[in-house]
Amino acid sequence: MFGFVKNLKKKLAKTKNNFIGKIAEAINLRGKVDEELMEQLEEILIQSDIGVDQSIDIIDKLREEIRFHKITETEVVRESLEKIMADMLIEDYADTEVFNINKSPFIILFIGVNGVGKTTTIGKLAKRFKNEGKSVLMIAADTFRAAAIEQLVIWSERANVDIMKQQHGSDPSSVVFDGLNMAKKRGYDVVLIDTAGRQHNRANLMNELGKIDRTIKKIFPDGADETLLVVDATTGQNAITQAKTFNETIKLSGLVLTKLDGTSKGGIIFGIKHKLGIPVKLIGVGEQVEDLQDFNVTEFTKAIFEK
Amino acid sequence: MFGELTDRLDDVFRKLKGHGTLTEKNIKDSLREIRRALLEADVNFKIVKKFIKDVEAKAIGVEVLKSLQPGHQVVKIVHEELIKLMGDNQLKIRLYDNKITKIMMVGLQGSGKTTTCSKLANYFRKKSNAKPVMVACDVYRPAAIHQLQVLGKGLNVPVISDESTKDVIKIADSAMKYADKNMLNLAIFDTAGRLQIDKEMMKEVRDLKKFLKPDFIFFVADAMTGQEAVNVAKEFNEQLEISGVILTKMDGDARGGAALSIKAVTDKPISFIGTGENPNDIEEFYPDRMASRILGMGDILSFIEKAEETIDAKKAEKLAERLKKNKFTFSDFLDQLHQIQKMGPLEQIMGMIPGMNTKALKDVKVDPKEIKHIEAIIYSMTLREREKPELINGQRRLRISKGSGTSVQEVNRLLKQFSQMKKMMKKFNNPKMLKRMYRSR
Repeated sequence: MFGFVKNLKKKLAKTKNNFIGKIAEAINLRGKVDEELMEQLEEILIQSDIGVDQSIDIIDKLREEIRFHKITETEVVRESLEKIMADMLIEDYADTEVFNINKSPFIILFIGVNGVGKTTTIGKLAKRFKNEGKSVLMIAADTFRAAAIEQLVIWSERANVDIMKQQHGSDPSSVVFDGLNMAKKRGYDVVLIDTAGRQHNRANLMNELGKIDRTIKKIFPDGADETLLVVDATTGQNAITQAKTFNETIKLSGLVLTKLDGTSKGGIIFGIKHKLGIPVKLIGVGEQVEDLQDFNVTEFTKAIFEK
Repeated sequence: MFGELTDRLDDVFRKLKGHGTLTEKNIKDSLREIRRALLEADVNFKIVKKFIKDVEAKAIGVEVLKSLQPGHQVVKIVHEELIKLMGDNQLKIRLYDNKITKIMMVGLQGSGKTTTCSKLANYFRKKSNAKPVMVACDVYRPAAIHQLQVLGKGLNVPVISDESTKDVIKIADSAMKYADKNMLNLAIFDTAGRLQIDKEMMKEVRDLKKFLKPDFIFFVADAMTGQEAVNVAKEFNEQLEISGVILTKMDGDARGGAALSIKAVTDKPISFIGTGENPNDIEEFYPDRMASRILGMGDILSFIEKAEETIDAKKAEKLAERLKKNKFTFSDFLDQLHQIQKMGPLEQIMGMIPGMNTKALKDVKVDPKEIKHIEAIIYSMTLREREKPELINGQRRLRISKGSGTSVQEVNRLLKQFSQMKKMMKKFNNPKMLKRMYRSR
C-alpha cells in the first residue's frame, strides 16, 4: 500500500510539480498573505483546468479560513489550501465505491468522444482481469473507425481473451447483441464493450448509443453494470459538457481519466464529482497495463499533496 | 462550434447595450465577463490576461462614435483583437510540380493524426490535383498501420508501410523511393502519437525530420484541449519547428480556446480544421471568420462556400429570390432538405448560419430519420397545401398524418417549425441585420 502511493506519486510527478510546485513558488515569492497572493493562487488553479467556478470557490474558502484563523504565515496558507482541496475531494467521494466486480457477467460499457483512449483502456483492463484469473469477453462495437476492430483484436491477443466482432460498418447494436448472448451462454466473468468515439452534440450518433443501451437491457434487464465515460485528461472545460451530455443519453456510472501522466493538468478531477455527481473511477498514468489504476481518493490526495 | 462562448459574449453585450457611452467602468465590467468567458473556453490564462489588457487599452482610449452603440464598439475591438491573436498571417501551401512535397504530421495520442492524413491527401488531390501517397510511420499503436491502409483504400490513395520494422526512417525512405518511381508529388507521413515530455519518442520524430527534411510539419491538436495546450504546442514547436497547426474535432461543441492559445504561444498559423469523421471534413482556417463566429455573427462565408460546392446554382438563385419576397413554401423547403442533405450533418450546417448558432440551435437537433418523416409529411400534402400552409386545418392535418404514417402531433410540430423558420428568414432579410453582419467584417 505504501509502495503503491509512492509509485503513484512518481507517475503523477508532473501534476504534482506543476500544481503543488507552482503554489509553493507563488507563496514563497509573494512572502506575505494578501489579496494579490489570493489572485495568484486562483490563477494557478484555473491553469490546472480546475475551472473558473470551482477555483473561485476554493479561493473563497481559503479567504474565509485566513480571516477566521487570522493566518499571517505563508506556510500556513499553503497548508490550508492543500487541506481545503484534499477535503473537498474526499468529501465529494465519501459515498463512492471503487471499481468492484461483484457479479457475473459484469458488463462494462465504454463510451466517449474520439481519440480519448477507449480501446486502449479496454485492452489494459482485459489484461488486468485476466491476470486476476477472470474470464473476459471483449465486444468490438466500434464498427465505424477504420481498423478499430483490428486494434481491439490485437489487444485481445495480447491479453489472451475472447472477442466478439463483426465486419467494419456493421450495426454496433448487433455486435453487442451477439456478444452478450454469447456471454450469457458461456458465462464470462467480465464483458468489456468498446464503442466508436462520437462527438456528444451529434444527435444521430448519440441515438445510436441509446440503441446500444436498449440492446444491452434486452439481454440483461439491469443494463451495463458500469457505464464509463473515457475522458482525455488534457481536455479542458469541455469535459464537463461531455459528461453532462453523455449522461443525458445514457446514465454514466463513472469516468476513466486517461493520459494523466503526460499532462500537468487533469484539474477536472476536482470539479466533476462535485458538479455532476459522476465519480472518476479509473485513471491512466502511463503506457503499461498496471498504469491504469482504480481511482482511490485517499491515495490520490496523498500522492498529490503529501511531501 | 464556439457556441457557448458566443452565448456568453451575447449576454455581456446585452448588458452593455443599455449604456449610452463607453466608460471605464462599463468596459471593465464587460471585460471581466469576457475574461471569464475566455477562461471557460479554455483559452490559456496568460493569453487571456494579455488579451484583456490589449482590449482594455484600446477600448478606453476610443471615442464613442455617435452612430455606434458602445456594445458594438467593444464587440468590434474584441473581434479585431481576436483576429490578431489567431493570426492574420496564413500559411500558403503550394505543392511542387516536379518534385515530392513532404508533409509530416505530429501530435499527442488521439489528436487525430491518422484521420487527418487521409483528409489532407483527399484535400490536396481535389484542390491541387496532387498525386498523394500516405506513409505509415506510426509503428507503435496497435492497428494504426491498418487504419491508414483502410483509409487509403477508401480514397484509392497508396499507403506505404512495413510491419516488419520499427525503423521509421527505413519506412520513410522506401516511401520516398516509391513516390519517385510512381511519379507521385505528395507524401504525407503519419507518425505515432507521443507525449511532448517523452524524450525517446521525441528523438525518434526529430530524427525522422532530419532525414526527411519535410516541407511542412503540421502539429495536430484536439480542439477540446484545455490549459495544457500551450505547453504541448510550445514543446512540439521548439523541438520540431512546426509549420502550422491543424485543429481537429471542431464539429464538437468545445469552445476551442486552444485555437487562441496555440497560435499565441507558437506564433504558427492554424492552417486547417477538422470538422467530422469523413474524408471531406476538412476546411481551411480563417481567423476572421472564426472571430466572427466567436462573436455570434455566424460563419456565413464557410456556409456559402460549402453551399456553393454542393448546391445547384440555378435553384439557389430562384430560392434567394423567393426568400427575398418571403414566399418560402413547403415545396421550397422540400427542395432545401434534399440539397442540404447533400452538404452534411444538419447541425453542422446550421451552426454556420449567423444568428443561428446560439441558443436557438440547441433545440433544433435533427436526425436523419426525422428528415425522412418530414419528407413523408410534405409528400402527403397537396400541392396547394404546400404553397399555402395556412390552409391546413384540423381535418387536413389528420389526413396528412394518416397519409404519411405519422401522428397529428408530428404534423403540428412541422407546421410550427415551418412558421418559425419563416420568421427567422424574415429576420435575414431585415436590412439592419445584414448591416450588422457587414460591419463586423
